[in-house]
Amino acid sequence: MPSDLMTNLYVFMLAAFLGFEVIRRVSPLLHTPLMSLTNALAAIAVVGAIVLAGEGRGALTTVLGTVAVVAATSNLVGGFLLTDRMLRMFKTSKTPKS
Amino acid sequence: MTFPFAEYAVQVAYLIATALFILSLKWLSSPTTARRGVLAGEVGMALAIVGTLLDRNIVDYRWIAIGLVLGSVIGVPLGRVPMTAVPQRTALSHAFGALCVALVGTAEYFHRVPDVPRFMMGALSMEVILASLTITGSLMAAGKLQEVLPQRPITYNGQNVINLSLLAIAIGIAVFLVRNPGHPGLFLLMMAISLAFGVMMVVPIGGADMPTVISLLNSYAGLSASAMGFVLNSKLLIIAGALDGSSGFILSVIMSKAMNRSFTNVLFGAFGQVQTSAAAVQEARPVHAATADEAAAILTAANKVVVVPGYGMAVAQAQHRVRDLFDALTKRGVDVKFGIHPVAGRMPGQMNVLLAEADVPYDALYESDAINPELSQTDVALIIGANDVTNPAARTDTSSPIYGIPILDVDKARTVMVIKRGMSPGFAGIDNELYYLDRTLMLFGDAKTFVGDIVKAVTGGHG
Repeated sequence: MPSDLMTNLYVFMLAAFLGFEVIRRVSPLLHTPLMSLTNALAAIAVVGAIVLAGEGRGALTTVLGTVAVVAATSNLVGGFLLTDRMLRMFKTSKTPKS
Repeated sequence: MTFPFAEYAVQVAYLIATALFILSLKWLSSPTTARRGVLAGEVGMALAIVGTLLDRNIVDYRWIAIGLVLGSVIGVPLGRVPMTAVPQRTALSHAFGALCVALVGTAEYFHRVPDVPRFMMGALSMEVILASLTITGSLMAAGKLQEVLPQRPITYNGQNVINLSLLAIAIGIAVFLVRNPGHPGLFLLMMAISLAFGVMMVVPIGGADMPTVISLLNSYAGLSASAMGFVLNSKLLIIAGALDGSSGFILSVIMSKAMNRSFTNVLFGAFGQVQTSAAAVQEARPVHAATADEAAAILTAANKVVVVPGYGMAVAQAQHRVRDLFDALTKRGVDVKFGIHPVAGRMPGQMNVLLAEADVPYDALYESDAINPELSQTDVALIIGANDVTNPAARTDTSSPIYGIPILDVDKARTVMVIKRGMSPGFAGIDNELYYLDRTLMLFGDAKTFVGDIVKAVTGGHG
């Protein structure tokens, strides 16, 4: 078993537990922004797609990579925009209305 | 760029990005710090992308630039959808995320075939299976939410057996490929079966089960990204995917608990299995109907009002009128709170977003557990477009299909008002005892118009 794999499994396990603890504390009030934010963060897959689109490995890889960059970028741009738009709407009764 | 410094710089950028992603989710825990969380996520993302662009393996930036620009052009309108369209937009973005992962996985496989190390082939298979079923499953969910596909669940005999067999075949092919990676045809077949499974998984799901499905697809999309991290040996991706995956997982658990479904039920996608008890022909029972003026008179005389919004409020786009009512009653010294059930709406937290959009302060929004103890001291519970989550049968009638669902105990309020279009039963196809109680007033009409009429009566009556 390659040692990279073992290290990665440890990283995955720790991240899953960390995610569980952090996200458990998110108020149900914000569950919709939570989903759109995690969706934007998961668009980090774009880094893999960027390398594929630019490595010049061949036509197939470049095409698949470019489409993947488009899909992930639309998610990260749209996801961050939408999350921020939603969060701006949450006001307390003490906040003066604009 | 041959000196190792650039390589270290990239790795450090990834490390900082990872920390920012975790902080981003941590800050999202409260509305006061949540926007800082988005900023942290954006900075992390920018760092990671810039770091990647410095990668020495990249020889050609043209396609990357085209991809980034085109993606932004598509992404901006997706970030500006109206709040009522957020559930379908979210489903669509799960499909896009999974599409990226599936394409990268496919490219990676065809680049390496036939020499794919076993562990990598295993991770690749997981990546492609999860991503493929998420693509079609999410597109189906988005179609149902946008109402371009029929919303009602489509079920047939042996559905679960067929679905699980499809999944089993895909996994079987994956196991074979791990030992014999040199079969591109089988790889594509595995992908095709997973795509088919995604469709089949969402076919039996009705509108009211959407919060669970969207959460589950969220989790699958995250896990597929994590699997991609194993393939590319990228810890940043593994962590981001794991965070997304656990977020979707937690939300699925919360949603399934709120629907009183077991967790295996959720894991195997066997939603919509609530046996619609043939909606036994109901004879018309007497209910008390009331007008907007009568409702307004009772509401203004009340000290404490709890509003329970449901999907019907979203459909009627009544959130702005509801806010007017909130303002009018608050101005008259009435204590108005909102009781929000976890599965109200079509995705987790949808009611909160709609009410926030209408400028209802979030400190007036309460979860089920927080509002239930107060309902017995509440003068009026006003239900707008919610049904099954208010049905007292869930507490008392063990034979009811919704028995055990945690509900909002609105029947404990002194007066109950229900704004509803007609007497049709809710999603579960069962009658709601609440409507026949002596203290229940049925306000028949469109939610937006009716709430507007109540507001007019409240404000008009006494200047």
